[in-house]
Amino acid sequence: MKFSVNGMDYEEEIDHRRTLLEVLRENFGLLGTHKGCDEGQCGACTVLIDGKEINSCLVLAASVQGKQITTIEGLAQGEQLHPVQQAFVEYGAIQCGFCTPGMIMVAKGFLDKNPKPTEEEAKRAIAGNLCRCTGYFQIIDAVLKAAEKMRKEA
Amino acid sequence: MKEEFSVVGKGVPKVDGILKATGKAVYGADFSLPGMLYGKVLRSTVPHAKILNIDTSKALKLPGVRAIITGKDFPWGMKYGFTATTRDQTPLAQDKVRYIGDEVAAVAAIDEDIAEEALDLIKVEYEELPAVFDPFEAMKEGAPQIHDYAKNNIGAEQHLDLGDVEKGFQESDHVREDEFSTQAIKHGFLEPHASVGLWDPSGKATLWGNKQSPYIVYRKLAMAFGLPPSKMRVIQTYVGAGFGSARSDPFALDFCALMLSKKTAQPVKFVYTMEDVLVMGEMRHPYYMRTKTGMTKDGYIKAIQVHAVADGGAYSTIGPVSIALPAFFVDIPYRIPNVKYDGYRVFTNKGFCGSLRGHCIAQLRWALGQQLDMLCHDLGLDIAEVSIKNALHQGDETPGGYKITSCAFEECVQKAAKASGWKQKKGKLPPFRGIGMGTSSFITGARLSGHNSASCVVKMNEDGTASVLTGATDIGQGSSTIIAQIVAEVLGLPIGHVYINPGVDTDFTPIDPGTYGSRVSFYSGNAAKIAAEDAKRQLAEVASKAFEISAEDLEFKDRKVFPKGSPDRAMKLDRLIRYAEHKMGKENKTIIGRGSYDSGIDFIDFKTGKGNISAAYTFAADVVELEVDPETGKITILNAVGAHDIGKALNPVLCTGQLDGAWVQAMGQLFFEDLLRDKEDGHVLNPSFMDYKMPTSMDIPLKNEHVFVESIDPGGPFGAKEVGEGSSVAIFPAIGNAIFDAIGVRIQDLPITPEKVLKAIKKRQEGAES
Repeated sequence: MKFSVNGMDYEEEIDHRRTLLEVLRENFGLLGTHKGCDEGQCGACTVLIDGKEINSCLVLAASVQGKQITTIEGLAQGEQLHPVQQAFVEYGAIQCGFCTPGMIMVAKGFLDKNPKPTEEEAKRAIAGNLCRCTGYFQIIDAVLKAAEKMRKEA
Repeated sequence: MKEEFSVVGKGVPKVDGILKATGKAVYGADFSLPGMLYGKVLRSTVPHAKILNIDTSKALKLPGVRAIITGKDFPWGMKYGFTATTRDQTPLAQDKVRYIGDEVAAVAAIDEDIAEEALDLIKVEYEELPAVFDPFEAMKEGAPQIHDYAKNNIGAEQHLDLGDVEKGFQESDHVREDEFSTQAIKHGFLEPHASVGLWDPSGKATLWGNKQSPYIVYRKLAMAFGLPPSKMRVIQTYVGAGFGSARSDPFALDFCALMLSKKTAQPVKFVYTMEDVLVMGEMRHPYYMRTKTGMTKDGYIKAIQVHAVADGGAYSTIGPVSIALPAFFVDIPYRIPNVKYDGYRVFTNKGFCGSLRGHCIAQLRWALGQQLDMLCHDLGLDIAEVSIKNALHQGDETPGGYKITSCAFEECVQKAAKASGWKQKKGKLPPFRGIGMGTSSFITGARLSGHNSASCVVKMNEDGTASVLTGATDIGQGSSTIIAQIVAEVLGLPIGHVYINPGVDTDFTPIDPGTYGSRVSFYSGNAAKIAAEDAKRQLAEVASKAFEISAEDLEFKDRKVFPKGSPDRAMKLDRLIRYAEHKMGKENKTIIGRGSYDSGIDFIDFKTGKGNISAAYTFAADVVELEVDPETGKITILNAVGAHDIGKALNPVLCTGQLDGAWVQAMGQLFFEDLLRDKEDGHVLNPSFMDYKMPTSMDIPLKNEHVFVESIDPGGPFGAKEVGEGSSVAIFPAIGNAIFDAIGVRIQDLPITPEKVLKAIKKRQEGAES
């Protein structure tokens, strides 16, 4: 099977029962995508599939051939963080960091579609991702700050 | 004069923020070793039974299975637990299982699927015993005995009698007696437990795992395996949050990873599923409390009496502490002259309970904070004014002997009231809107027994940077960052010039008991400060030789050292370090600062309650304004204001994060979360985040404000105390009191579900009509 992850092509023999999350972690060594609940409830495994935020634990790997997968490892350009990553670091949106890659992927997917969100929209965008540490306030703040920065850079 | 700091007190980004934001931090399940096997645990399907036989023969024949172990593989006597009298847990069940989920056997195989399949092939023969799930039933004569040593299933009890409560009640104008209860909830961290065990041919046992108190794990594993501690090594990975002893204790996966590695001579990895995590211990103790408070008509509290029964589940873990802690928190944050407490922790055939943010204090404050509000309501008093009247103050000593070294509780109440518009709103809001106040005081590390001190090493590097080796564990709360800030401040370095070990390695890090009881900033922070000061003193010694003047005549500034008043003669710090390392001939020295900190206060005496439970105390006042939808029973938090005496806020961004997180986690228990049990066999009915509902971003307060009230504690590092645990327990009564203000009915049993709210509204309406 052929995969395109973070702009790189991978060719792997994959058991058709394996999820995208398992293949990313176990076959491609992309450990930044985290396995939390493994049933689509926590969002720690969120990746972008053709730009859309998806829980990779609910997707069979076989179903994403020919699609563009972006994981947390695909955002920064070398040491240059993506504005969403930068904002998460700067504004206290990270505590234990386990939900962080999923949150950042959701935020990126969301801001690509909605560059000028309201607070309410940002809140709703991350509603499918659990975070037990932050109480979400600083995450919402970081998403809005990232949006501002991305608008300025655009 | 206010002291100016350059790094401490600033909201610098977390030192591990970039690694975490880029997916490069290595968590428990991310760690692997070559040639690794995968382990799975078989759990009991019955709540209480003798194990007659375990047949593993079929499972062992499955291709890919390398080893299977049962309780028999762990020698008898390999029990672990908190104290000598309550060591009642074994790595795998020995003769008996005590709840559905108890670990019975473990498999190591070449992949996870095969290990899972092998579990299905293991046949366990049980002789079922009567089981008990309710702590009051469990205490009755003739109830099933869960542990032989605990008569009537009372595994631990605590009594406290300070002053004379009867006299206090006589002196009161109004005395209330009420009942409150709380439910079982889980820590709710998103990263399941994961461990890799390696028993190497030299006889050394190494465990990698996502632990929040690696030294507790290391000691318990060494004790259980009968190894000298130096043969046991625990290496902590990044930790996907903790919130309590579920991350501090070793569990079946840790023991089994090592034992299976010993058997197979290969490393063995266990990763629990979220279902494992939700079914097994630990979780928060459900408490059933009868509390009695007496007050004079002008609002002075004269006595408090608490009778508590805690549902401990199947094992003790830290049960003696869990039942004792509430006793030691009754007489803070108020001056209470007479206190009586009787608490019983009872075994039931359910998952075992341990500590969780606000360990058994959230439950106590849920009761006492509401009862205070009830008394105020009965007597026509304002809880804010009553709180100030009874407040502890700096310099106070409580009847038990707690020394209040710093305290701005009165100011917290005033500031929370002011910022929330308390005076304008209390009792004056439209129907179904309410405002409530809750208060708390918390510890900065419990001084109970055993090891509490912390240590730290600061090594100066030849390029002028510093490397810090701490025994503290950062589970997301940010201890690595604040410790780096403290060291940077002392040495005059920018934060980016201080490196800190990402985790504990028991072979190499200086010892530190772990992350619990809100001790890390205070204890580990102080140790880091002492170590940095020691490094600085050594640098001064070298500089004094280099400049041939006395150390007192030197000044350190901007990473340079120079004779006072002569900055033109400055020597850069990196040059000074290199000078020390290889320019002093036989006097060469590596600059390594050492710091060890202990508060030195008296241990608390569990029998008399006398002593000082903490080196410093934090204080909080929280005000909540909410709205109840009378049609649906749904509650919206409109505004939340908390004023927190946390001492010096070492990093305001991180402190805010702690307070935000505390709020929303408390909200989870108050409104949503409940680990439901089957009435027949006690199994967990909702072991999935699909049915165990934690707050999402859509549930949080619409407005949330934190006011820092920085009473600088003389013992804290730069005056810092605790943040994020004390505040979480004040939210419990604040919400209960706000609901009463909104609907005129008390909800005394958690969680506050829409059904309960609707029922309460209906009951009140019926009462009004009749």
